[in-house]
Amino acid sequence: MFRNNYDNDSVTFSPQGRIFQVEYAQEAVKQGSVVVGIVSKTHAVLAALKRNAEELSSYQRKIIPIDTHYGIALAGLASDARVLSNFMKQQSLASRLTYGRPILLSDITSRIGDRAQTNTQHYGKRPYGVGLLIAGVDARGPHLFEFQPSGVTVECVAGGIGARSQMARTYLERNLDEFENCSREELIKHALRALKDSLSQDKELTVDNTSLGVGGMEENFKMYEGQDIAGWLETTFENKQEGGQAAEGSGEGMELDS
Amino acid sequence: MNHFPEAWGRPRDDIYGSYNASYLPQSRGGLQSHHQPTTHTQQPIVTGTSVLALKFSTGVVIAADNLASYGSLARFTDVHRLKPFNKRAVVGFGGDVSDMQYLDRLLNSLDVEENYTSPTGDAKSDDDRALVDAPLMSAKNLHTYLAKVMYKRRTDFNPLWNALLVCGLDEKDQPFLASADLLGTTFSAPSMATGFGAHLAQPLLRRVAPDEAATQELSKEKAVEAIKECMKVLFYRDARSMNEYSVAVIDQSGVELKEDEKLENQSWAFADRIKGYGTQTV
Amino acid sequence: MASLFQQSMPSTGPGYSFASAPTHHSSSGPRQHAFYPYTDNGGSTLGISGATFTILAGDTRSTSGYNINSRYAPKLFRIGGDGPENEGARIVLSVVGFAADGNALKERLDTMVKMYRYQHGKEISVHACAQRLSHILYGKRFFPYYVTAILGGLDDEGKGALYSYDPVGSYEREQCRAAGAASSLIMPFLDNQVNLKNQYDPASGEGLEKVMRVPEPLPQETVEQLVRDAFTSAVERHIEVGDGLQMMIITKEGVQETFTPLKKD
Repeated sequence: MFRNNYDNDSVTFSPQGRIFQVEYAQEAVKQGSVVVGIVSKTHAVLAALKRNAEELSSYQRKIIPIDTHYGIALAGLASDARVLSNFMKQQSLASRLTYGRPILLSDITSRIGDRAQTNTQHYGKRPYGVGLLIAGVDARGPHLFEFQPSGVTVECVAGGIGARSQMARTYLERNLDEFENCSREELIKHALRALKDSLSQDKELTVDNTSLGVGGMEENFKMYEGQDIAGWLETTFENKQEGGQAAEGSGEGMELDS
Repeated sequence: MNHFPEAWGRPRDDIYGSYNASYLPQSRGGLQSHHQPTTHTQQPIVTGTSVLALKFSTGVVIAADNLASYGSLARFTDVHRLKPFNKRAVVGFGGDVSDMQYLDRLLNSLDVEENYTSPTGDAKSDDDRALVDAPLMSAKNLHTYLAKVMYKRRTDFNPLWNALLVCGLDEKDQPFLASADLLGTTFSAPSMATGFGAHLAQPLLRRVAPDEAATQELSKEKAVEAIKECMKVLFYRDARSMNEYSVAVIDQSGVELKEDEKLENQSWAFADRIKGYGTQTV
Repeated sequence: MASLFQQSMPSTGPGYSFASAPTHHSSSGPRQHAFYPYTDNGGSTLGISGATFTILAGDTRSTSGYNINSRYAPKLFRIGGDGPENEGARIVLSVVGFAADGNALKERLDTMVKMYRYQHGKEISVHACAQRLSHILYGKRFFPYYVTAILGGLDDEGKGALYSYDPVGSYEREQCRAAGAASSLIMPFLDNQVNLKNQYDPASGEGLEKVMRVPEPLPQETVEQLVRDAFTSAVERHIEVGDGLQMMIITKEGVQETFTPLKKD
C-alpha cells in the first residue's frame, strides 16, 4: 500500500524530484566496509578496512593501484569497481601513450563521473553500486577525490565512505586543520585512527583486515598490506593509548563509536 | 517540350546536348570501369624550407625563414613558420604550408582544451599559485602528441607533409628539442635541422654543440649567434630560402619570438668564384 | 646525390625551372605509390643469451640516407615494470629498421605487458611475452611493422632466453642473433664465436675424423667482450652504425644498462 511507484528505473523522477534507483545505489555504498582518504601538502593516503565473507575465505580487495601516481579505494559492489578501475587503467595508459604524461586526477575523476551519470539517464541501465576515493599526486600536487554512484564527484582534504563511515568523518573533521602540514607518517597515522573510529567496539585493526595506499610528491603510489603495515598499526595505537586521555579529540571519537 | 517527369529540372537535350556521362561508372552508362580510388596528399604544394634549432644551457633557440615557395616560385614572403604553443613550447614547421596551417588549428584547439579545465582548488600560497598556473603541456608532452598525430596519418596513407621541430622545456624545466616528420619518425639531438638545413646547417651547429654536455656550457647569446650564422649560410646556398626570418628563444622566462628579423652582414664575395652548376669549369 | 634530395625537395611540385624535373609519371590515369610509408633508420642490434643472463645491444645512431639524425636514439627498450621508466622490468626489446614502427611496436608491447600484470597480478613470462609479440607483428601482416625485433629475458628456470623475429612475426628462440644494417657483418662472427661453427677439436684427427667443437653457454664477461668486438668491427665497415653502444644485461638482479662510445665518423 505504500508501494513506491517511482523506483522502477533510473530515468524517472519522483514528484518530489528524486531518483530512487540512484539513492538505492548510494545505499549499496553504505553496505561496503569503510575506506578513508587524506591529503597533505606532500602526500595522499588511503586506508581501508577489508572484510572476509567467512572465516575461511580471503579478504576482499579494497585498494587498487591504477597508475604509478594514483590509486583508488572502494566501498560497495566490488565488481562495479572493477569495471570502473579497468576503465581508469585504460584511460591512464592512454594519457601516457598520447601525451607522455600521467593523467590529472581531476580529469580521470570527471571521466568516471560522466560515465556514472549516463547510467542515470538511460532506460535499462543501472547506476554503479560503488563509491570510490581517488587519491594520488599529479602535476598539480596531491589530491583526493570522492566519487558517488550518482556521478557526483568532489575534491576533498579528507573523506570517508562505507559502513559506519560517519565516525571516521567525525574524526577527520576534528583534525582537519592539521592535515595540510602533516608528514607522511603522521598522515598515515591519522588515516588509521579515522579508520579505527569507524569500527564497532569489539573489533580491532589487524594486519589482515587493513589496507593502506600511499602516494607522494617524491614517491609512486604503493599499496601496503599484511606485515608491511604491522609497524604503523603498532605505533599508531600505542601512542593513542598513552596520549589518548590527553588528546580529547580522539577521546570523544571513542565515545561516539559506542 | 519534353513533359515527362524524368526530364523535369534537367537541362534540355535539344539546347544543351545530351548529358555527358563519361565520368560515371559503366553501371551508370559511363566509361569509367570503376570508381576512382580516394586520393590523399601525394606531394606538397606550397612549401617552407629548413627549420633550425639548437639547445643551450637554459633553453632552446629555433629559427625558420618567412618564405613559402610554390615550386621554385617565391610565392609568399610573410609566412611565419614558428608557432608558439604556450609559455614553454614552440613548434617549427618545414614542408607543406597548408598542412602546417591544419596542425596549427589542431594545436590551438588542443590549447583551448588544456586551458578549459580550470585549475582545481584554490591556491593558498605563492608556491601553490606557481603549481596551479604552470602550463600542463610541456614541450615533451606536445612532441609525443604531435608524433602520434604524424604517425597516425602516415599509417592511414594520408600524411601531413611536414617536418616538425618541437622545442622548449620539459616537465622538469630542462631544455627539450625533438623532431617528428611525415612518416612519424622521431628523434632528439642537441642541435637539429630539417630539409636543406640537415645538409648545410647541421654540420655547423654540431661544431658548436657536439653533444649534450656541450649544450650545458653554451650561453644563450652564443646559441642565437650560431643559429643566425646558419640562417645566413642557408640563404647563400638554399635557393628556396629568403633573408627575412623568425627566431624564437624559449627558456624559464617564457617564449621570446621575433618574426621579422633580417639577415645582417652578408658577404657575397664568395659568389664570383662560383662558375655554373657543377660541370661548367670555364 | 639523387637520394640526398629525394627527401627534402618537392619531387613534382609545380613550376620547375630546370629540365631535369621528373617526367616519367606525366601520363594520365591515377598515379600510385607517390607516398611510401617506410624509411630505414639504419643501425644494428644483437642479442646473446647465457646460462644465467641475456645481453642485448644496439648502436645509438639514427640515420636517414647519408644524414645522421641523432647520435643518441636508443634501440633498446625495457618492457613492463612500473611507469614510464619501466622500473623493475625484466624483459628487454630491441628493434631495428623503421624507427617510427619500432616505437609504435615497443609502446604496444609495453602497454600489453602492463595490462597483463594489472589483470593477472603477476609479471608476464618471457615465453608468453614472446608469443604475444609474434601475434602483434602478424596482426599487421599486410601492412607490417618494418622492423627486426629481438626480445630478451630470463625463462622460468632462470636461464637466458632470447627470441628473434622477422617483420611479420615469425620467431624462434636462439642462442644469439644479430639484426639490422650490419647483421650480415656480425652474424657470421657470432656463428663462429658463440655457436662455434667451423671450429674443430684440434686434438681430433684429419678429414672425416675431425670433431666439431660443441657450443656451450658462455660466461658473461666473454659475451660482453664479444658484443664490443662485434660493434667496433661493424662501425669500421658500415656507415649506418656508430656513435654509441647501448647494452642491457638481464640477470635475476634485474636489468643493468651500459653505454660505451663508438666512433662518430
